[in-house]
Amino acid sequence: MAEVLRFRDDAVPDEPAVSLDAFLDQTNAASVRIEAGDDVRRLAPVLDRVRLVEIDFPRFRDGRGFSSARILREMGYTGEIKATGDVLVDLVWFMRRCGFDSFAPNVPFNDEDVQAALTRYPYVYQDAADGAVPIWRLRHPELQNG
Amino acid sequence: MYKYDQYDHAMVRARVEDFRDQTRRRIEGKLTDDQFKPLRLKNGLYLQLHAYMLRVAIPYGTLNSTQMRKLAHIARKYDRGYGHFTTRQNIQYHWIKLEEAPDILAELAEVEMHAIQTSGESIRNISADQYAGAAHDEIMDPRPWAEMIRQMTTFMPEFSYLPRKFKIAVIASPADRAALRWHDFAIRIVRNEAGEIGFECYAGGGMGRTPFIAYKIRDFLPTGQILSYLQAVLRVWNRHARRDNIHKQRMKILVHELGEDEFRRQVEEEFQHFLTLGQDFPQAEYDRIAAYFAPPPFETGLPEEIDRSDPDFALWVDRQVARHKAPGYAIVNISLKPTGQIPGDISAEQMELVADLAERYSFDELRVTHAQNLVLPHVRKQDLYAVWTALNEAGLGEANLDLVTDIIACPGLDYCSLANARSIPIAQELSRRFADKDRQADIGELKLKISGCINACGHHHAGNIGILGVDRKGKENYQLLLGGSGDENTTQAKITGPGFDEEGIVDAVERAIERYREIREPGERFIDTYRRVGMEAFKEAIYG
Amino acid sequence: MRILTGNDLKNGRVVWWDGQGWSIHVEDAVDVGDQADAILAREDAACRVNGGYAIDAEPDPSGRGVRPAHIKDRIRAYGPTVRPDLTLKPADPNAGTWVI
Repeated sequence: MAEVLRFRDDAVPDEPAVSLDAFLDQTNAASVRIEAGDDVRRLAPVLDRVRLVEIDFPRFRDGRGFSSARILREMGYTGEIKATGDVLVDLVWFMRRCGFDSFAPNVPFNDEDVQAALTRYPYVYQDAADGAVPIWRLRHPELQNG
Repeated sequence: MYKYDQYDHAMVRARVEDFRDQTRRRIEGKLTDDQFKPLRLKNGLYLQLHAYMLRVAIPYGTLNSTQMRKLAHIARKYDRGYGHFTTRQNIQYHWIKLEEAPDILAELAEVEMHAIQTSGESIRNISADQYAGAAHDEIMDPRPWAEMIRQMTTFMPEFSYLPRKFKIAVIASPADRAALRWHDFAIRIVRNEAGEIGFECYAGGGMGRTPFIAYKIRDFLPTGQILSYLQAVLRVWNRHARRDNIHKQRMKILVHELGEDEFRRQVEEEFQHFLTLGQDFPQAEYDRIAAYFAPPPFETGLPEEIDRSDPDFALWVDRQVARHKAPGYAIVNISLKPTGQIPGDISAEQMELVADLAERYSFDELRVTHAQNLVLPHVRKQDLYAVWTALNEAGLGEANLDLVTDIIACPGLDYCSLANARSIPIAQELSRRFADKDRQADIGELKLKISGCINACGHHHAGNIGILGVDRKGKENYQLLLGGSGDENTTQAKITGPGFDEEGIVDAVERAIERYREIREPGERFIDTYRRVGMEAFKEAIYG
Repeated sequence: MRILTGNDLKNGRVVWWDGQGWSIHVEDAVDVGDQADAILAREDAACRVNGGYAIDAEPDPSGRGVRPAHIKDRIRAYGPTVRPDLTLKPADPNAGTWVI
């Protein structure tokens, strides 16, 4: 049972994440913490210096962080996106699909549960941030280059 | 109708195993109830008063005889011999054991059914016009779009934890039989001046404790952009809805607080962004799905005349049979509201009978309506008498479609843990009070809808006459509402005044209806008279 | 009196705390006094009961032992009032009136 579950090979950013406001003020910060109500699009002008975005889930019922992660990936961000807080292991696969690539939940996940959650579904119905090929594309190989 | 391919089968089977694993972890104590609850709710499993309740999705209300027989089998094997059709065109079972729920889901998967996203904070079963594919006034069958949206919205990762539930409806007729504007998001398929098909979009409707009628947010959306548009709507809501008060998190609240113009502006901005991502399903996928909904091989040269020599049959035809687009065919409505019975309840034997009739007389197709009735969509007029005879023998021959006894009622406090008062006994008493055929016919169209709590599953806000059960110092009490409608002239019902006890509410409804009979003008339905004269004339009659 | 109720975790049946375990008959319910939280915590951890809670009730003069104070729990104790055939007392014509 690891404290942090990570799906990246690069070095772990070691500086503490600062709030979005602080990050925008400090020109040398590289790790930012996004609270559930923050607008991640404010990072657009400074995206090239972000190495880690921590997205917090204050309660598992608060799903705003799913949109934050996807928007970051849509903006072209390729650095680490870490989910922190109240994260349900059963939703890990969906979070991976949104672009999260590390997890530091309040209560560490059980490895078996993570494996089960990540391998449960053989296909996806729609595009997301993970590049998985949606079912409609598998159904229409003739459109593969379209 | 749609058929699963290997991919659809694989996804539904994976969900069964997922749920089996979650259930096992709960029973073994590896998940607490707090942890398990959101997981089971994403798969339609509630804990209610007497047992668990499982809600099974019936996408856009369409099913075939094999599926209906499976529903009967489940009722018999895992429940207590019956099921309850709901206002979301679904079916629910009220006596389910948690330890058997995964097996039920496995049985459902065999017939291409599931309980995915039928409850919880998710994108719910998509509802549609129950006459789809048969209606004389539709510009196309809306179900291929409903099926495509079903696939788009199944396990949508970004919307894994929406602020609240999200309900979608799709129709393709000027007449609204699906209560379009009471949905969070709704589509009416239209044709523009250039003859192209597109979507007129509505957003921000919903019942519950703070009812709102949806605003039209787009006149015409090209069909091929629906996924981008829907994601834009969902994202604006998911990012900006309140998260601090569960009663203020439905999209209707956000739309109302932002105002329709600002909401529309934000959606359009996000929509333009989504269009750049190129995630919409292509025309080829629409064509693949639409092929399953090709019209059945209707015969030609069929007789139009119906032998009306049996007066009971003639009465049933006039009430229950609707016009079909194909010559020689008719749409048959099956009432699940016999006098004094429980609205929407159906026994396993009745399910099997209806399945047999669908197979024999309706190209194997059945529909569920949001008014908790069933439909045989494609019946030859020459077969109507045989269908009626069979229905009658099974206790399903009632002729009361859209009449005062065709009551929508939620399960209420007899079953539901959210309810404050019982709904069904009120429905039963009203049904008996107005059982007289001539009196019902004289009253004419009157939509009566009963909810056992403020969550409004019984659609009381949309009732011409609505009844809302509340808890008044530990006693059941019933508020009376008038003037609601779920059709193309959608209106929200208003409370008449102080509430009533169980007997008092039935008398009050009768006084309101008698007032209507006194003051109506020729040709006026109850709702027309109410709209003409307003609340006061009725209040006077109700409260004296 | 204070009594405990919940639904059986595995089969969902309505159950009442009888002092030793869980009974499906409300008349077996015992007064738990101020022990409600302790018993519920223990039983919840043992995965026997789901959503357990304590309610007010009174001894029932009609001889049925215990009558929950709120109609919701009387319906839970009896069954759906609209389907007497599915209740615990299908043969008792007066059982329904006990609920109301």
